[in-house]
Amino acid sequence: MVAPAHMNAEDAVDRLLAALPGSDAAGRARFAELGFPTPRDEDWRFTPVKPITELNFSAAPVDADATLEGCVFAAIDGPQLVFVNGHYSEALSQVGEVPAGVEVRPMSAGDCPAPPAPEDAFGALNAATVTDGPFISVADNVHFESPVRVYYLSTGRNGATANVRGYIRAGANSQVTVLESWTGKQAGYFNNATTELHAADNAQVEHVKFQDEHTGAFHVGGLHTALGRDARVAHHSLALGGRIARNNLRAHLNGTGIEAVLNGLYLPRAGQLIDHHMVVHHAQPHCDSHEYFNGILDDDSRAVFHGRIHVHKGADKTDAKQTNKNLLLSDSATIDTKPQLEIYADDVKCTHGATIGQMNAEQIFYLRARGLDEESARRMIMHAFAGEIVERIQCEAAREELDRLVWDRLEQMGGHVAA
Amino acid sequence: MLEIKNLQAGVEGKAILKGIDLSINAGEVHAIMGPNGSGKSTLAQVLAGREGYEITDGSVRYNGEDLLDLGPEERVREGFFLAFQYPVEIPGVNTTYFLRAAVNALREHRGEAELSAVEFLKLMREKIQLLELDESLLKRSVNEGFSGGEKKRAEILQMALLDPKFAVLDETDSGLDIDALKVVAGGVNHLKRADNAQLVITHYQRLLDYIVPDHVHVLVDGRIVKSGPKELALELEERGYDWIIEEQSA
Repeated sequence: MVAPAHMNAEDAVDRLLAALPGSDAAGRARFAELGFPTPRDEDWRFTPVKPITELNFSAAPVDADATLEGCVFAAIDGPQLVFVNGHYSEALSQVGEVPAGVEVRPMSAGDCPAPPAPEDAFGALNAATVTDGPFISVADNVHFESPVRVYYLSTGRNGATANVRGYIRAGANSQVTVLESWTGKQAGYFNNATTELHAADNAQVEHVKFQDEHTGAFHVGGLHTALGRDARVAHHSLALGGRIARNNLRAHLNGTGIEAVLNGLYLPRAGQLIDHHMVVHHAQPHCDSHEYFNGILDDDSRAVFHGRIHVHKGADKTDAKQTNKNLLLSDSATIDTKPQLEIYADDVKCTHGATIGQMNAEQIFYLRARGLDEESARRMIMHAFAGEIVERIQCEAAREELDRLVWDRLEQMGGHVAA
Repeated sequence: MLEIKNLQAGVEGKAILKGIDLSINAGEVHAIMGPNGSGKSTLAQVLAGREGYEITDGSVRYNGEDLLDLGPEERVREGFFLAFQYPVEIPGVNTTYFLRAAVNALREHRGEAELSAVEFLKLMREKIQLLELDESLLKRSVNEGFSGGEKKRAEILQMALLDPKFAVLDETDSGLDIDALKVVAGGVNHLKRADNAQLVITHYQRLLDYIVPDHVHVLVDGRIVKSGPKELALELEERGYDWIIEEQSA
C-alpha cells in the first residue's frame, strides 16, 4: 500500500470546509475561528492532531455495499441503527416494534434539541457539518429491557470524513442500555463524533462504546452527559482501534444522589495513540462518581489519560474515586497520565491515583508456584487487568462477548515480564 | 525425599543462607523455627524457585532430581508446594478460574484428562468444607480483599487441590486467631500421609501444638544451629532464642 501524500496542515480548516457540505454558515465560521488545537494547547499537549490535519479530506460517501459481517453484538436482540460513513442505512437497520414511549430512529427522521456549545474545533466542526446519527429516547417511567445497538461502519479511506451526532435521552425513572460499535475496513478515514446522553431524575442508563476502528484511521469522539437527581449512569469505553483515537468525556452531575461510573479500557499497539480526556463536574451534594481506566500498551504505542474531577462549591458529601492503571508490555510504549482534582467544597471524599508498570513479577511467580507456566501466567494477568474493566459492564451478553474479544486481542499482544 | 546439602544463597551479593543441611523423608513433618531475619522465608522462596536469589553453593535433591534446576512450575508439577507467607492479590483473576487452571496444568503433566468446570466444582466443594471457607470467596479475584485468615486458608485449599508430595508452609500461622489456626492445622493434618512430607516454617511454637512435628530445627543467621525432637519447640517458646545463639558463639 502506498502511503498517501501529506496535505498541507496549514489550510486544513479550509480544505475541510470545502470538502464537507453544509448550510450552517455561523457554525462553519465558528469552526474556522477556533482552528485546530496545537501541542501548546494544554488539553492536547500529548495528542498531536497534525496527522489528522494532513489528511486529504473528502465527505465520506453513501455506501450501499457495506455489511455488518463480523460486527459485535450480533446475537443480542433489540433495535439496531446502522450508519455507514455517517449516513443512515435503512437496509441494515432494524428497529422493529418498541414499547410505547420508546423512540429509536435516525436523527434525520425527526427533530432533536440543539447540541451544547462546542468546546473546541472538533465539536464545532461536528455541529456545523453533521450528517446524521442515532436518536434514542425513552419516556418517563419506561424500562426498555432490550439494549439499543448502534453500528458505525466506515468504508472510506484517505481522508474520508464523517461527522455524526448521537442523542440519547432517558426520562425520569426510565431505564435504557445503548451499545455502540465503531469499525472500519481501511486506513485513513476520519470519524468525528459527538454523543449526548441526558439522564433525567432517577433514570438508569448503561452506555457501552466499543471502538475498534481500523488502526490506520482517525477517531475523535465526544460524550457529553447531563445527569439528573438520583440518576445511575455507567459509560464503558473499550478503545482498541484508531491510529489516533481521542475520547472527550464530559459528565455533568447536576442533581443530588447521582451515581456515575466512567469505565475504560484501552489496548493500543504499534503506531496507535489512544487518548481519554475526561472532566467530571460535581455540581450538587451526595453524588458518587467513579472513574476506572486501565490500559495495556504494546510496541511503540502511546496512550493519554487526563482525568479531572471538579467538585463545585456546595457539592458536599461528594465521593469521587479515580484510578488509571497502565501495563506497559514494551520498553518503547509511552503513557502520559494526568489525574487532577479540583475541589471547592469542604466535606468531600476524593481519591485519585495512577500507576504505570510492567508485568508484576510477584504475581507471575505466585501463578508459576501453582503450576502455571510463565506464558499462561502472563496471559492470565493481562486478561485480569482488562477483565477488571470489562466485568463492570452490566449487560451480560455484551460483557461476555467483549470479554472474549478482548481476550483474543490480548493473545495477539506481546509482553515481557519485568524481573 | 528432600536432601538439602550446604545450601548457600543470597540476594544482591548479601549472603542469607550460609550452609543449610537438611534431610526430610516421606511421612515426616519437620519444623523450622528461628528469629526474624534468620533466613526462614529465604529458604522457602529458594525452594520454590523465586527469581532474584543467587545460589552460591550447595545442592537440593528432590526425589533424586536436582530441584534447583527446575522452574517454579516444574517443581509444582513434580509435587512440590509452597504455602506463601504473604499470598499476593491478583485483581481481575477469578479464584475458581485460577484454581481450575492450576489443577488442570498438573493433570496435563500427569497425562490425566482435564477436569470440566462441573467436575472441578465438585472437587472444590469437597475441599472448601475442609477449610471451612465461604464458597463466595471462590467467585472473587485471587486473594483480593481476603482477610488475613482467609488468605491463609485459601493457601491450604490450594494445597488440598494440588495434593503435593512435599509441602513447605511459610509462616502459615502468622496473623491467625486461634480458631483459624485450628482450621488451618486441621486441614494440613488431613493432608498428611505416609507418602508425603511437610516442612513447617514458623515464628511461634503455638502452631506446633496443632501440627506436631517429628523434628524441630532452629535457624539462626542462615544456619541450622540446633535440631531436636518436638520438645525443642517448647524449650524455645520458654527460653527464647538467645540461649542457643550464646551456646553457638561459646
